[in-house]
Amino acid sequence: MTSFKEKTKLFSSKDIKRIIYRLAHQILEKTPNSKELALLGIQTRGVYLAHRIKNIIREIENIELPLGILDITLYRDDLTAIGPKPLVKETKINFDIKDKIVVLIDDVLFTGRTIRAALDEIMDFGRPKRVELLVLIDRGHRELPIRADFVGKNIPTSTKELVEVKLEEVDKTDEVVILEPVD
Amino acid sequence: MEIWAKKHILAIKELSRQEIEIIFNLAKSFKEIAQREVKKTPALRGKTVINLFFESSTRTRTSFELAAKRLSADVLNFSTSSSSLTKGESIIDTIKNLESYYPDILIIRIGYSASLEVLSRYTQASIINAGDGKNEHPTQALLDIFTVREFKDDLKNLNVLIVGDILHSRVARSNIFGFQKFSSKIRVCAPPTLIPYEFEKMGVEVFYNLDKAIEDVDVIIMLRIQQERQKLSFFPTLREYVDNFSLTQQRLKKANKECLVMHPGPINWDIEISSSLKDKLHPLILKQVENGLAIRMAVLYLIGTKKKDL
Repeated sequence: MTSFKEKTKLFSSKDIKRIIYRLAHQILEKTPNSKELALLGIQTRGVYLAHRIKNIIREIENIELPLGILDITLYRDDLTAIGPKPLVKETKINFDIKDKIVVLIDDVLFTGRTIRAALDEIMDFGRPKRVELLVLIDRGHRELPIRADFVGKNIPTSTKELVEVKLEEVDKTDEVVILEPVD
Repeated sequence: MEIWAKKHILAIKELSRQEIEIIFNLAKSFKEIAQREVKKTPALRGKTVINLFFESSTRTRTSFELAAKRLSADVLNFSTSSSSLTKGESIIDTIKNLESYYPDILIIRIGYSASLEVLSRYTQASIINAGDGKNEHPTQALLDIFTVREFKDDLKNLNVLIVGDILHSRVARSNIFGFQKFSSKIRVCAPPTLIPYEFEKMGVEVFYNLDKAIEDVDVIIMLRIQQERQKLSFFPTLREYVDNFSLTQQRLKKANKECLVMHPGPINWDIEISSSLKDKLHPLILKQVENGLAIRMAVLYLIGTKKKDL
């Protein structure tokens, strides 16, 4: 196993808060009829981001957006190739996604393979009117033709580095750091 | 990340408590898939699963078949009545022939106890035991324990009573091994002719009187009287068996208040269980069927996505 050390700290808790507020406003700017909107967070940190966005939109528009949880493990394209099994976590979408404008939310956009899996899974729940993608960090290196509609920040990285998003709800702190391998 | 090392699932006895927990956690997630509009996920796309049943079965086979299909595997059903086994082909030849299809998983039910280890030498595929003679029926016990866990927070020191044809029952054996891994206390109850001698050595309490056995139990697993295996007489008459070992309203009152009654099915009403208990039992039995599907999906997923040994 390669070990990693912190290279740069990108965002503090305050930065993250500002970014999420901006993203929430951008969602509403693009879809003024907020009744059509639904949020879908990808396990694990996408779910917490989705909750934060839901709370901000409630604050601004006084509307309760439907929020679903998506675990994409079963839709991965490398299930038989990876040794240790990733845990299959909960998937819960208890509203009808048919004709909804679904905002798919994840923390980091990298190869795009997670999003491909998520798109396939969404279609198994019904036919949304449109799917949009929101990510906190876009770090590049796409392996599939996928792009995000709402981006917190574009960060150029090398493929050897890791981008780690920490959120208060699971990690006790809000920050984004870039880790690089120790040689 | 979870480590799953087993290639086959042949017996509960061989599974660790931790491995059982991995299966249960997965099954919990898989239950949700049944609620979707498209009840299917691509996890085992391109895998070939063969249901190989040398003994009759409806619920276990259909449950495995649907579980494999929900994970997008291709399923081939093979049962003795419609196969060349009736033309005299041996079991090993049958498996060798099926090997030409490069199956990934064989789900096997067979009359010979503990024979799957031998069969595994003739195939590259993983084997899941769907019942081997009097030995084990691991997925049935997994779904029973999983179902109990949905009602009882802690299985430790839970009194579990198994009633009926213990001698011929792989379900009983698997459940004993399984519940013991969770430190439950097991009682068995049947006429002496239907309880194998070695059971006392397995750390279970043996009763020949149901009225005594049922006192203070939290879970009752009723077994089917397997009339197809009753060529020898193990009890004088069915009537006498029913009088002494049938579960009735009256008898159930002696158990703990929240006692769960389970049955692996199919039930012979008014033989193992009085039909007056139908309304009480039905919801739980349907839950067992629902959970059985999720458990089998979990097992297929773990076995089917295991990295091939090189």
